[in-house]
Amino acid sequence: MATDLHAFGKSVKRREDPRFIRGKGTYIDDIKLPGMIYMDIVRSPYAHAKILKIDASKALALPGVLAVITGKDLDAYKLAWMPTLMSDTQMVLPIDRVVYQSQEVAAVIATERYIAADAVALVEVEYEPLPPVVDPYKALEPDAPLVRPDHADKKTNHIWHWESGDKARTDQLFNEAEVVVKEHMYLPRIHVSSIETCGCVASFDKVNGKLTVWMTTQAPHAIRTVFSLVTAASAVGQIPEHKIRIISPDIGGGFGGKVPVYPGYVIATAASVLTGLPVKWIEDRSENLQADSFARDYHMDVELAGKRDGTITAMRVKTLADHGSADAAANPSKFPAGLFNVCTGSYQIQAAHIEVDGVYTNKPPGGVAYRCSFRVTEAVHAIERIVDRMAQELKMDPAELRLKNFIPPDKFPYKSATGWEYDSGNYPAALKLAMEKIGYADLRKEQAEKRARGELMGIGISTFTEIVGAGPSHTFDILGIKMFDSAEIRVHPTGSAIVRIGVQTQGQGHETTFAQIVAEELGLPVDNITVEHGDTDTAPYGLGTYASRSTPTAGAATAMAARKIREKAKLIAAHLLEASPDDIEWVDYKFQVKGAPGRSKTMADVAFAAYTNHPQGMEAGLEAVDYYDPPNLTFPFGAYICVVDIDRGTGAVKIRRFVAVDDCGNIINPMIVDGQIHGGLTMGMAPALLEGIFYDENGNIQQGTFMDYLLPTSMETPAWETDKTCTPSPHHPLGAKGVGESATVGAPPAIANAVVDALSHLGVTHLDIPITPWKVYEILQAHGLTEV
Amino acid sequence: MIPPPFTYVAPQSLPEALSLLQQHGSDAKLMAGGQSLIPLMKFRLASPKYVIDLRKVPGLDTLEERDGHLVIGAMVREAAIEHSPLLQQRYTGLVEASEVVADPIVRNFATLGGNLAHADPANDHPAMMLALRAQIVAASLKGQRHISIDDFLVDTFETSLAPDEALVEIRIPHPPQHTGSAYIKLERKVGDYAIAAVGAQVTLHGQTCTHVGLGLTNVGPKAIRPTEAEQFLVGKQLDEQTIREAARLAGEAAEPTSDLRGPAEYKRGVVRTLTARALRLAAERAQKG
Amino acid sequence: MTQHVQVTLNGKPFQADVEDRLLLVHFIREVANLTGTHIGCDTTSCGACTVLVNGVPAKSCTLLAAQVDGAEIQTVEGLEQDGKLHPIQEGFYEEHGLQCGFCTPGMMLVGKALLEQNPNPTEAEVRHAISGNLCRCTGYVNIVKAIQYAGKKMSAPAPEPVEVK
Repeated sequence: MATDLHAFGKSVKRREDPRFIRGKGTYIDDIKLPGMIYMDIVRSPYAHAKILKIDASKALALPGVLAVITGKDLDAYKLAWMPTLMSDTQMVLPIDRVVYQSQEVAAVIATERYIAADAVALVEVEYEPLPPVVDPYKALEPDAPLVRPDHADKKTNHIWHWESGDKARTDQLFNEAEVVVKEHMYLPRIHVSSIETCGCVASFDKVNGKLTVWMTTQAPHAIRTVFSLVTAASAVGQIPEHKIRIISPDIGGGFGGKVPVYPGYVIATAASVLTGLPVKWIEDRSENLQADSFARDYHMDVELAGKRDGTITAMRVKTLADHGSADAAANPSKFPAGLFNVCTGSYQIQAAHIEVDGVYTNKPPGGVAYRCSFRVTEAVHAIERIVDRMAQELKMDPAELRLKNFIPPDKFPYKSATGWEYDSGNYPAALKLAMEKIGYADLRKEQAEKRARGELMGIGISTFTEIVGAGPSHTFDILGIKMFDSAEIRVHPTGSAIVRIGVQTQGQGHETTFAQIVAEELGLPVDNITVEHGDTDTAPYGLGTYASRSTPTAGAATAMAARKIREKAKLIAAHLLEASPDDIEWVDYKFQVKGAPGRSKTMADVAFAAYTNHPQGMEAGLEAVDYYDPPNLTFPFGAYICVVDIDRGTGAVKIRRFVAVDDCGNIINPMIVDGQIHGGLTMGMAPALLEGIFYDENGNIQQGTFMDYLLPTSMETPAWETDKTCTPSPHHPLGAKGVGESATVGAPPAIANAVVDALSHLGVTHLDIPITPWKVYEILQAHGLTEV
Repeated sequence: MIPPPFTYVAPQSLPEALSLLQQHGSDAKLMAGGQSLIPLMKFRLASPKYVIDLRKVPGLDTLEERDGHLVIGAMVREAAIEHSPLLQQRYTGLVEASEVVADPIVRNFATLGGNLAHADPANDHPAMMLALRAQIVAASLKGQRHISIDDFLVDTFETSLAPDEALVEIRIPHPPQHTGSAYIKLERKVGDYAIAAVGAQVTLHGQTCTHVGLGLTNVGPKAIRPTEAEQFLVGKQLDEQTIREAARLAGEAAEPTSDLRGPAEYKRGVVRTLTARALRLAAERAQKG
Repeated sequence: MTQHVQVTLNGKPFQADVEDRLLLVHFIREVANLTGTHIGCDTTSCGACTVLVNGVPAKSCTLLAAQVDGAEIQTVEGLEQDGKLHPIQEGFYEEHGLQCGFCTPGMMLVGKALLEQNPNPTEAEVRHAISGNLCRCTGYVNIVKAIQYAGKKMSAPAPEPVEVK
């Protein structure tokens, strides 16, 4: 409460909650403006087709329909195409051809939501279907149809090639290896499916030329800059940044799916600029699933080399990345495959060689999302699966193999074979704690007994290292904007403060955790600190929240800004205490005269003085801004162990227990971190057992609604067991690391490893996720192990 | 997400409802809970000009035993069946089928009558009704008639109801002593339709099976009664050997297709497993009662 | 094609003339201007639109406003009474039962309805009751705790008010 100033590390209840539990949040569809009109979108049923004709006459005849916008209309304003975050281009609306099923083809503007929906059904589009490119391997064959003929310089569907590591040394180690294991691993497309879909309300004020867009965006400042640049390149005329205001309202889940710029945002904005009326666009769930922000779709050939004694020496990965019809991934620009080359994981591997090739197909564009931490989900899946494969090959316990190869705690900072400097870690401690918690030795005994009776149970381990907090400006930028982040703090005369940050919560509790940081640094009660973000008119420039970067970047900026304030406050305190600043120390949330603890001033005293009694020659006020350029990323890690039982009558896999030990360094709010882990584990289990998006040979999506895209309910989700170790980051001002995506990164291979472990005595070495009951049943059937 | 325009009517009596049905014919759809119809309308897969809501029609919410039958009105909600103490004991399979329809919230409005009249092969109740040897009572302005469930279920989304008829009641024969029933469903997740499901009802005389009813869900164009499996068991002892053979026969009777819920042969395997499990459970319950 | 719909909405009478096809969720959000009830899908799968109709949870996206003419509707806005939070709201606050908050109104109303039938539910019973409501953020663990907390609060003799800042 107000008298206890210790805030860091406490499970402070959330500031966000009062409005949400009363149903008083302001999400995008809650925004209603006078004169607001509605936009709905006509979408292509074909994955690849020429547009022969768009007949909007019936739609336009419907009372209440104001306009039907097509690609040709936008093209007149040079707005039919837009840049993506990876410097590719993407159609806003097509002029003459569509390149993915459910692609936006035309937009209807109407006075009412229901009329807009009726009008969509009345727009008649004539298509000439073209052969679609669905298989990324076939997309690279010489006679494959081109997905992007607009890229005149490209004669193939190949987008880019990216390499990392030391090929020569890796090849040498593979040649010398006593043991080599190899698996082809496919991580299918999945979709974030936050319970709130995407949308915007775009409102252009013609009188003062100001564009305000409320948008479900995780990165409002980046959007503002992009919008200004896009209008500059168009025939609308540039809207300068000071005349653009992007507001992220309350967001119902982001998970990376609310980072890209979707055509709907651009069309709604154009419609508002042209009409001067507020235009609302909210997508349906089917539209969201079928057209937005996919994740994964990595085809990986993974190899590991080692010695018979279990020493892992080298790793090789060759990946085909299916990007759909545009590279619209939100990666830092130098990393088309994200941070995939962290795939040497938690192990001392001497050399590695990673190759990734991006390819176009007739599917929606993308795709880093779904808590992947810039392709770290893919990287960790590769290493954790292949390490288990190695254990199987060597007939060694998978925990033992990991313990043998972990980077030892005293070797940090550790430079990996692909050049990442891991800041700190203690992998053996985490794994041993997990093993103890789950009773690993007893489980192996139980497994042996059950196996003898024909019962199937498996134990799977995942010991992952994450890499978050993008990132240092020498390496990290998005469209050229460096990936610093920011905080601005102003302390008021009566001892309370306002904090504005450049990141953007979508449920992570920033209004609480950032207040805790400031409370701790400044010795002010948490209740006296308010946190704002998401409004580009007031928040300092930031790159937004995704890839678990907020605590590592904006959290650090907040601490640094607070410390700048404390520096000035110390001078004011010295003035009030009539002592030299060198004799003032900050102890127990007070400025104290060294050696005279009775002579002290609180921050509240100093705040008042900053406005009423500041020293001569010093500016009044008490505030600071910090733009933090992190010196490195942070490397949270964890050890997860999963136990599964398999029903021999149906192939169904049931998770009996799942223990997750996480280490994210110093924790601001343990309650919030646990919540992130619970949610992250659930989004790790989902792709392992339930979720996957697949296309038939005509490019038709098979999982276009929640009827077939299977989000786990409370019944499928186990009662997660969590614990922590704490290995602070040596370079972060708070010793903290990010954590939001750790569980989604670490969980899938733990589950996949458990199922393979249950079947390994049958010779099964790998299973691609999602592991459906029929995948398992077919294996049981092949071995005569089904039962009725 | 938005249904096309239509006219909504909520008649206050059965004759009024039937009269509207006759008047508008194929331009009209009857609505019970709306939990199947409204989702179809939202995707514009169904666009009736008239929606005739039965919620105000009196007498459609009966749930009682009468004349040797369990009588269930067309508007009885799944939740009422799920939570009925009357049904738990003697009609366990029916309760278990209700328990797995969609999710608990949908079940507050979804009806047994609607589930049967919609005749989606993926719906759970048709197969259980086959196993329970149910009868459908259909009403039109011309009067009422009783239709056996086997005759009622014609094809995918097709029943033997005439265009001017409404399903008003379901009648399940009161089971004799030493009868037990069960419904077991395998779904990809809670709320989904079945990968496959099996309903079973068994009457025992000592150790010998005197009556068996079986129904298979979502492994054919409509719910399937595996008659060979039923006939095989009658007059035999229910033991592991006979149960497995019945399960095999039930699997043979299934006509599954490969789709997003699994390959056809997988579903056949699931039918075998669930038939065996449903029979064991029904037999156990028969022994107790 | 309009219907006159008259309901008791959070204890107060409310009526309007609406299109026959108007979904209950839009009646609540757009006509009654209560935006605490949310839309998360189009296949009746997610439960973000859950309200109580005559005390019983209903997915308001799959009901017509016309279907509930005459009924008592409770939305999340009706949980707080005279400035006092309902124990279910306290439970979600105390147990960190929400993160982004979008599924929360539906979860709370389902929780409330469960507790009115079963004041001391087991974890399994809670999970069963909320199995028609999807959450992407919390992994359900704390939602279960929140509902069980509220149950204890509702059964307690003289509940103390919790300060929610």
